[in-house]
Amino acid sequence: MELALILILVGLALLGTATAVAISLRRRRPELEAPPEAPPQLPPEAPPRPVALEEEVAPDVEPEPVAAPEPLPVDLEPEPVEVVEPEPVEGPEPVEVVEPEPVEAPPAPVRPRFRDRLGKARSLLAGYVGSILSRSSIDEETWDELEEALIRADVGVGLTSKLLDGLRDRVKSEGIKTPPELVNALKEDLTKRLAQTDEGLHHEAGAPNVWLFVGVNGVGKTTTIGKVALREAAAGRSVVMAAGDTFRAAAAEQLGLWAERVGADLVRGNEGGDPGSVVFDAVERAAARGADLVLADTAGRLHTKVNLMEELKKVRRVAERPPGRLTEVLLVIDATTGQNGLVQARQFAEAVSVTGVVLTKLDGTAKGGIVLAIEDDMGLPVKLVGLGESPEDLVDFDPEEFVDALFS
Amino acid sequence: MFESLSDRFEGIFTRMRGRGRLGETEVDGVLREIRVALLEADVNFLVVKGMVARIKERCVGADLSKSLSPAQQVIKIVNEELTGVLGGEALKITYASRPPTVVLLAGLQGSGKTTTAAKLGRWFKQQGRNPLLVGADLQRPAAVEQLRVLGAQAGVPVFSAGGDPVEVAAQSLAEAQRLGRDVLVVDTAGRLSIDAELMDEVRRVSEKVTPKYTFLVIDAMTGQDAVNTAEAFHATLELDGVILTKLDGDARGGAALSVKEVVGRPIAFASTGEKLADFDVFHPERMASRILGMGDVLTLIEKAEQTYDQAEAEKAATALAEGRFTLEDFLEQMQQIKKMGPISNLVGMLPGLPKEIKQAEIDDRELGKVEALIRSMTPAERVDPAIINGSRRARIANGSGTTTSDVNMLLKQFKEVQHMMGQAGLGGALARKAKKNKKGKKGGRFTPPSN
Ligand SMILES: Nc1nc2c(ncn2[C@@H]2O[C@H](COP(=O)(O)OP(=O)(O)OP(=O)(O)O)[C@@H](O)[C@H]2O)c(=O)[nH]1
Ligand SMILES: Nc1nc2c(ncn2[C@@H]2O[C@H](COP(=O)(O)OP(=O)(O)OP(=O)(O)O)[C@@H](O)[C@H]2O)c(=O)[nH]1
Ligand SMILES: [Mg+2]
Ligand SMILES: [Mg+2]
Repeated sequence: MELALILILVGLALLGTATAVAISLRRRRPELEAPPEAPPQLPPEAPPRPVALEEEVAPDVEPEPVAAPEPLPVDLEPEPVEVVEPEPVEGPEPVEVVEPEPVEAPPAPVRPRFRDRLGKARSLLAGYVGSILSRSSIDEETWDELEEALIRADVGVGLTSKLLDGLRDRVKSEGIKTPPELVNALKEDLTKRLAQTDEGLHHEAGAPNVWLFVGVNGVGKTTTIGKVALREAAAGRSVVMAAGDTFRAAAAEQLGLWAERVGADLVRGNEGGDPGSVVFDAVERAAARGADLVLADTAGRLHTKVNLMEELKKVRRVAERPPGRLTEVLLVIDATTGQNGLVQARQFAEAVSVTGVVLTKLDGTAKGGIVLAIEDDMGLPVKLVGLGESPEDLVDFDPEEFVDALFS
Repeated sequence: MFESLSDRFEGIFTRMRGRGRLGETEVDGVLREIRVALLEADVNFLVVKGMVARIKERCVGADLSKSLSPAQQVIKIVNEELTGVLGGEALKITYASRPPTVVLLAGLQGSGKTTTAAKLGRWFKQQGRNPLLVGADLQRPAAVEQLRVLGAQAGVPVFSAGGDPVEVAAQSLAEAQRLGRDVLVVDTAGRLSIDAELMDEVRRVSEKVTPKYTFLVIDAMTGQDAVNTAEAFHATLELDGVILTKLDGDARGGAALSVKEVVGRPIAFASTGEKLADFDVFHPERMASRILGMGDVLTLIEKAEQTYDQAEAEKAATALAEGRFTLEDFLEQMQQIKKMGPISNLVGMLPGLPKEIKQAEIDDRELGKVEALIRSMTPAERVDPAIINGSRRARIANGSGTTTSDVNMLLKQFKEVQHMMGQAGLGGALARKAKKNKKGKKGGRFTPPSN
């Protein structure tokens, strides 16, 4: 029997099943399935304020982790306990604000250069291109090797063919004869593509700017916020961090340690609480203090999880509201990510209108070529690059250096 | 939804229909498609090269069975090849004669080690053991706190201490003894394979605790780099197996294949979510189908061929094509499906289904509800649901022991199905295929390409 036939018939019957499931789900949890005509019952825009305020605040005021017998050996200034000074919570605030003493202004980070970090990881690609360069003329093998280099950098089959087709045309029209010319032409093309887009991070005067960090699990959102905070503080901006990951174990503690490290304010909520409230409170706090920037962390989520993506949309809507001004929604992509990165970019962009990409972990052996595919598909610029786990391991994206490093 | 390898094959094979033989062009075409599919699934470039060569060898001269089309036959070969690589000898966890049995987790940053440690703790506990989680990541902010929270959720104690990971590892052995724990699961910091210092550190941790099992924890979304990571960790730690995480997403997970090829050790566990229960031993067959982007279609084909009445199926396809697919037909199809086994199993085999459906706990009894609904309709209503007005709704709900909103739901879904089928032009394509099928399909034989 025809495969497609079976699939479609099965699919059909499954839709019946889906109906059954929908019916039973709605029975069990009426809020999940709103009648189709009525607008979906989204929770109200205003972040819901927990009612039992006293109860919720109390347990969290002492920031001492109860379970940890030892202070965690993080790179902290010697007086970690003194530094963490929870503000007396004013009024019915459901969130905890951890404000460090105005520590000495964080030192201007010594920024690693792209290539210093990338150097050791580049041998593989350098190997291919090296052997291409050593050829005397362009033959089929040259093309195969270029293809291999691009695919092994996670550029993807589709874009690789497209790039090489374009290159073949250029070989004809421009009379490219030697492999070095060929590699240069490809580099030029890649650089041009990446340079077309707007790579700057946006600041607007007059309101606390909000930068929202989103992405799948474990890519480096929280760490990137720590690094960005350091760098923005060094640029003279006062930063409030919003611990919008209320889900993952010890996520707020992790961000809290970063806040201490770089001398930023931290606003956190209750575990399992509403991330929108945390972001909202951070914005209000920033406005009250006249702070310039709110860096909002979110829980890692796979783009396939519909309810979590809905939650993220809600967080975005909250972040947009005055007194804050949402000026960046940054999608964090791990350089080791393969072709799924493109799907991630599409889904997150559709859900929360991403403004740029942060490419992390480029200090490893992975090449991060997926950002080329993302740029090609959606015109989404890479804005920042993560090159390590230390606070200063963050650089602006530089197309030329990125491509150079890819082919040097 | 059906943009899978099988579809691409169909394209190639339609050209050869009626000939029953596969020429060189077809074989090359098929192999090209396989290559692209594997690369798009993030299987490593070099691994793909080797696999394609092996598949070519097997396709050439393979006897084609009568019951499968050439396309299905090739898919079967590819699938067997993938399953062969992914599977092989499964890992059977045994315990050290002198406890504790030590399990060491290592991997890149953010791959899921800490979460997996807690999941393993829970798993060992379920096996009747007394595990102890060891927090040897003293590097990442709040890593130990994270493990403590997760350990508490799993009901498994956690040990850690300040200082040096190697020290903590050493102390954990004594702690296990003191607490009478017989399994140690050691969580380590994420590290890059090229970070010589940290790779040396994890090697020293390993030397201290002499693990019975060392697992590389790897993210299913990893691309081409997976092999570099696996090679380096294997060289340093001599892995016993791999744990694949974040399989709950839609990444094809070709990295699994690459890593297995490179390391040659089994993929022991699969992690499919952030909750501790989202964890299971690894199933190679499911992974093979997933990499090919087609669900467990082969099992599905087999089941369908055993149970599905071909004439019925073709009737339904034609009805669809001509836009007169009714609730009656719907009911009949559901009967057929039910013969194929529990719905939840079937759902798992289907490619491209939305996660909400796959993850929903599907109870076959719910299907019964849909049946009851349709059965409570008059024949006229089944053919033309548009006539179902308010009072008819109430009657149907009454007759089937459901509510009117259930009736609405069914009607709405059915309309969507009809619409979808119409839109995709699937009906038409199906009818054509069904007709072709009727002319009879012969078994064929691949002719070797003449090189
Ligand atoms: N080598 C390297 N490691 C990084 C980089 N950025 C982040 N990491 C590490 O990656 C791991 C995960 O980082 P997190 O910041 O916790 O990631 P996240 O996206 O917040 O994770 P979830 O909140 O769990 O989804 C940590 O071990 C970080 O230290 C980078 O640029 N290079
Ligand atoms: N969706 C999904 N998320 C997962 C899975 N396993 C782990 N995670 C999430 O991935 C992120 C990283 O997991 P961790 O366990 O912290 O990873 P790790 O390897 O310990 O990270 P480092 O210690 O920073 O290197 C967290 O957000 C986890 O909740 C999984 O199977 N599915
Ligand atoms: Mg985080
Ligand atoms: Mg960890």
